[in-house]
Parts: sequence; structure tokens; C-alpha cells
Amino acid sequence: MFYRAHVLVEMTSNSVAFGAAQVKEALEREIERAGLGNEVKVLETGSFGAALPSPFVVVYPENVIYAPLRVQDVRRVVEEHLLKGRVVRELVFTGGREGKPSPFAFPFPLAKETRVVLRNSGFIDPLNIEDYIARDGYMALAKVLTEMTPQEVIETIKKSNLLGRGGAGFPTGLKWEFTSKAEGPEKYVVCNADEGEPGTFKDRLILEGDPHSILEAMAIAGYAVGAQEGYIYVRAEYPQSIRHLEEAIKQAEEYGFLGDGILGSAFAFRVKIRKGAGAYVCGEETALLESIEGKRGEPRVKPPYPPQKGLWGKPTVIDNVETLANIPPIILRGAEWFKNIGTPTCPGTKVFTLTGNVNNLGLIEVPMGITLRELVFEIGGGVRGGRGLKLVQTGGPSGGTMTPDLLDVPMAFDTLPKYNSALGSGALTVIDDTHCIVDVVKSFGEFFLHESCGKCTPCRIGNKRIVEILDRISEGKGTMEHLEELAYLGRHMKMTAFCGLGQAAPNPLLRCLTFFREEFEAHVREKVCPAGVCQMVSSKKQSLRSLL
Amino acid sequence: MEETLYREVEEIVEKYKEEKTPLLCVLQGVQERFRYLPRNVLGYIAKKMNIPASTVYGVATFYSFFETAPVGEYVIRVCKSTPCHVQGAFSVLKALKRELGIKEGETTRDGKFTLEVTSCLGVCGVAPAMMINDVTYGNLNDERVREILALYRR
Repeated sequence: MFYRAHVLVEMTSNSVAFGAAQVKEALEREIERAGLGNEVKVLETGSFGAALPSPFVVVYPENVIYAPLRVQDVRRVVEEHLLKGRVVRELVFTGGREGKPSPFAFPFPLAKETRVVLRNSGFIDPLNIEDYIARDGYMALAKVLTEMTPQEVIETIKKSNLLGRGGAGFPTGLKWEFTSKAEGPEKYVVCNADEGEPGTFKDRLILEGDPHSILEAMAIAGYAVGAQEGYIYVRAEYPQSIRHLEEAIKQAEEYGFLGDGILGSAFAFRVKIRKGAGAYVCGEETALLESIEGKRGEPRVKPPYPPQKGLWGKPTVIDNVETLANIPPIILRGAEWFKNIGTPTCPGTKVFTLTGNVNNLGLIEVPMGITLRELVFEIGGGVRGGRGLKLVQTGGPSGGTMTPDLLDVPMAFDTLPKYNSALGSGALTVIDDTHCIVDVVKSFGEFFLHESCGKCTPCRIGNKRIVEILDRISEGKGTMEHLEELAYLGRHMKMTAFCGLGQAAPNPLLRCLTFFREEFEAHVREKVCPAGVCQMVSSKKQSLRSLL
Repeated sequence: MEETLYREVEEIVEKYKEEKTPLLCVLQGVQERFRYLPRNVLGYIAKKMNIPASTVYGVATFYSFFETAPVGEYVIRVCKSTPCHVQGAFSVLKALKRELGIKEGETTRDGKFTLEVTSCLGVCGVAPAMMINDVTYGNLNDERVREILALYRR
């Protein structure tokens, strides 16, 4: 059926929280009432790519945005715009926060934006496979099955130099090659969608906005390494992602993109969803496998690595959601095309999520090698309220701490480690100068204390001690020895913790201890919190009070 | 009473019998049905699935979304990770405590609300945020907390 207009309603966890579902219902009701049911179609779509006002509604083909569109305004939009063709000007979304135009406003892609991973998000109805197919969906799978050998697929991915986007940046092609070379008839493809890093929500938006791209990529991975079964491990906090994936799997099976004899070939592949239950450590790949196996999510000894012994002891390739979303375009457009984006040693794009005290909160996909200055001050619109920048935490608490002196370092997997930092998942938490460094570091510490699985002592006890000492410092009971002890604990956790979680936990602490040394010392020596955040039980003040 | 309970648990175990190592799926199914995982049910699951009871209990207590004690009709999980922390998560938690008259980890006397703090919910674009059962709420402040609670109090 041909529709003269389409009304797209953004349906993500965020927008549902703002009543998007009710707005969609109202739109459908009013369109029906106006007798436009055969002419105008209402569609659910994924995120438009940034934290825009919700509910967010776009009318095509005019490309007019109504946001935030409230239920009580729906009738007017339908009667005026859709029936009479007059745009309701006062309801149209024009710009960002505080009256300033937002760089996230249409038309996108934005000036610096390059969309590979988010190519479909906001453009298609994620619950309709035909929308995905219309935008070259499952073409890469068809190409792989009809024109390429598994070896050629692996070579293409290797040549593209795609680095794993989960945080570690390991070459995806090598992972696939190791798994394909491992012996055994039974192998698995696992998609790591246990995105738990504070400040990160890129995978959620990909899963909600374009679930089929992940299924297609998993099938391609299955063909390349010789696996017939795939598992997507999604965190329990993402019910909307799980709903979209379930629907996508059902439709892909109906259309013959998953199941036996895919597209008339001899290749068979199935995908199942496993839901997490709220454990950050399960983002560590071997802990994730333990969790699928129905155990406590505690990491395994490595080696053997998953490509040798993974899920149920069988060779397994584990890839992050964002990594997988890159696969179909690389297959279709070639490794050379991909290498032209980003930096020579770290090609492609990266999805960054801007959070914290920044004017424009949201996410953006840009080529690797962009600087933090561009991200925070151009795209992010600077620190909120015009305050000063204290630090930017990249990749969540286990990533790197970027102080203002590092604003011009190109952001890529291979550049940041030179500055004792890390790109990690691409989360950027901007923290302004009204915050106290002891309080911020304590918030990281509390996160790790809560999420440590308890398997190894350095992480279990170390994080506990760190939080206790920071507590004392923030109460004004700290000593200089405490600062030494923090550094000692941090160094030893880095060396001796069992898995990446424990090894990364002290990173922000160690960096801040050096860079913000004066602020720590003020807490300890002067018993003063320069930012005025810590409630000091100051001995000095007390003694003053006793004099009065 | 007991018998119907066990029969329902058995149905859930049965539902996943084709799956390899479905313990987490079973526990999730049981919790969805009974809102928490009673100790005797954990023992029953262990027997039915032929897994040591200690293992089942170990798994049930490892993950923060599994409850081993009764919880309220609505479980409120407030995010306290850094992106929410720097946007005022502490005052949201304070408002919730004040409105509900309970501390974190507790349930209101009428059995309606349980208050918990949690790590990142992955909606940092609308920080500070919380989840009530399956629904996420963002851009919270004292006023919005009151409005949202009113929806659930009806």
C-alpha cells in the first residue's frame, strides 16, 4: 500500500518514559478519526541519535519535527498538518536547550557525523524487517553466502583492521580466524550486549533502532567461523532491546534469513537471546560465558581464550554489538572503504555518548581520531552553565581519565594508552569544576565495590579499602599516609587482580591522585574541601568552635 | 497451596528443558511469577534440574536482579553511577527516601514499594534516572519523583 505521509514516533526506553506510547496511540486514533487511515501511516522507530526532547515525532516527507509532542496536541497536528496541510508552527522543534540551536537538530548527518553503525537508526521501523531490507539489509549475508568463501570473509575483516568496539580494541578479524582454525564441529557466535559501563548506552540504541543488523552480522560471523548457533547476551536493564530482538529474530526466521538452508544455501544458523540479571562483571567475556552456562558470572582463567575454549568448552567468537554493526557495511563496501574512515591505525567510526555536565547530552558517531575538544566543546556545546572543565572520564570508570591538558589528543584505541588513558566503550562523562575530586573518585570506587564479583582478593578487598579510605578523607579524617596507601593499593590491584575489572578499577584513582594532588592534600592537610562538596568534620573548625 | 506453587515452578523448568544450562532463564521465570525466589523453591529447582542446591543459591545471590526475600509490588532502582551522580542522583535518592519513608534496601509497610540503588541503567542521556520494575524514568528532580510516585500510588 502507498501512503502519502509517514509519521515516525521515536520509541526508545527514554521516550517511552516520556509517554511516547500514548502519543503513538493518540496519533493512530486521530488519524483514523480524520479518515486518513489509508493515507498516513504511523511508524515506531529507534533513536534519532541524541537526547532530544521526548516524545519525538517526525512527519515525512516534509521532514517536520514535533517535539516534545504531548497527547493533548496530537489532534491539532492531525487536523491541521495531516488533514489540511498546514504545519503547526508553535509545536515544531527548532533547537536545543536554553533556546540555543542544538547541533543534534535536523538535518542530519551533522557536520562531523559519519554514520556507519547508526546508518539505520531513526530511519527505519526496527520492528519491520522490510524497512531493513529496503536499506540493503541482509544483502551482505547474501553476498557472503553466494560469492565468498569463509576464508575470504575473514580476510576482508582482517584487512579492514576493524578493532573490537567493546573497549579492548582487539582485531576482530584475528578473533574470527582463531575461532575458524579451532578444531571441532560445534562452535558458537556470542554477541556481548551486556553494556554495563556507566555512561554508555550506544549498544542499547543500536539494538533498539536496528536489531536486524546484529542478526545479519552474527550470521555472517557464523558462516565465517563455522558456527550454527549464536547467543545474544542482553542485560536485564534493557527490556526494550530484548523486545525488539525477539521480534527481529521471529521475522528473520519467517523470511529465511535465519534457520536451515539460509537463502537456498546449505548454511544453517540460529540465534537465541539470553537475558542477564544485573551484574556488570558479565561484560567480561568469560564471565559472560559462565553466566550463559547458568553459573555465577565469575571470569575464567585465560588462556585458553574463547576462540579455543568458549561456550560449553567449544570454540566461540564473542563480539560487541557495535563491532557487529560494522560487519555488513564492510562486507558490502569493502575493506578499503572502511580504512578510509578514521585513522590509519584505528579505522572506522566510534559512537561516543556524551553524559554528565555538558550542554548537549546524547550520542554521536564520528570518525576515529576526533579530539576531545571537538566532542565536548563543538558537539557537546561546552560545559553546562559555562563552568570550567575538571575532567572527562572516557570509557566509564574502567576507562581513562582525561584532564583538560589532554583535550587535543586524537581519540583512538592506539593513541590514548600513551597518556595512561583508554578509549573503552566511548562513554564520555564530563565533570565540571564544582565537583570535588575525592567525591568523584569515591563514586567510581563505590561502583567497583558494588560490582566486584568477589572471586579474587585484590579486587574484593582492594575496592573496599579504597572506598573506606576515601570516606575518611572526605570526612576530614585523612592523613598523608592514606594518600600513600591509596597509591600502593591501586598499583597492586593493577598488577595482581584476576580480570580486567579489578585491573582497571584503580585507573581513575591513580591518575587523579597525581593530577589533582593539591586537592587531595587540601583535604588531608588543611581539612578543607576546595569544591565545598565534602562535609568535613574538620578538627580545625572544631578547635575554633571550642575557642569561641 | 504448596503443591500448586511447585507445579507452577515445574512448568517453568519444563519450558526450558530443551535449552542447554537454562538455570538463569528458570530463575528469571520463577521470579517473574512470584516476584522473588523463596528458599524452598530454590531447593525444589535444584532437585528438578539436578544441580546442587548450593550452586542454585550461589547463582540466585550473585545477580542483583534476583531477590531472595519478598519485595514490594514495585521495585524502584535508582542509578547512582557517576553520570547520574554528577547530575544530582543523591538528591533524587533523598527525595525518594523522604516520599516513601524508607531507606535503601527496604520495603514500604503496605508492601507497595521497594527502594534499591543500582549501577548504571544505560540511560545516561536523561540522567539522573531510575527504573520502576520494567519502566525507565529520566530527567528526575524532586517534583518529577513526586509525580511519578503518584502514578503508582493510585
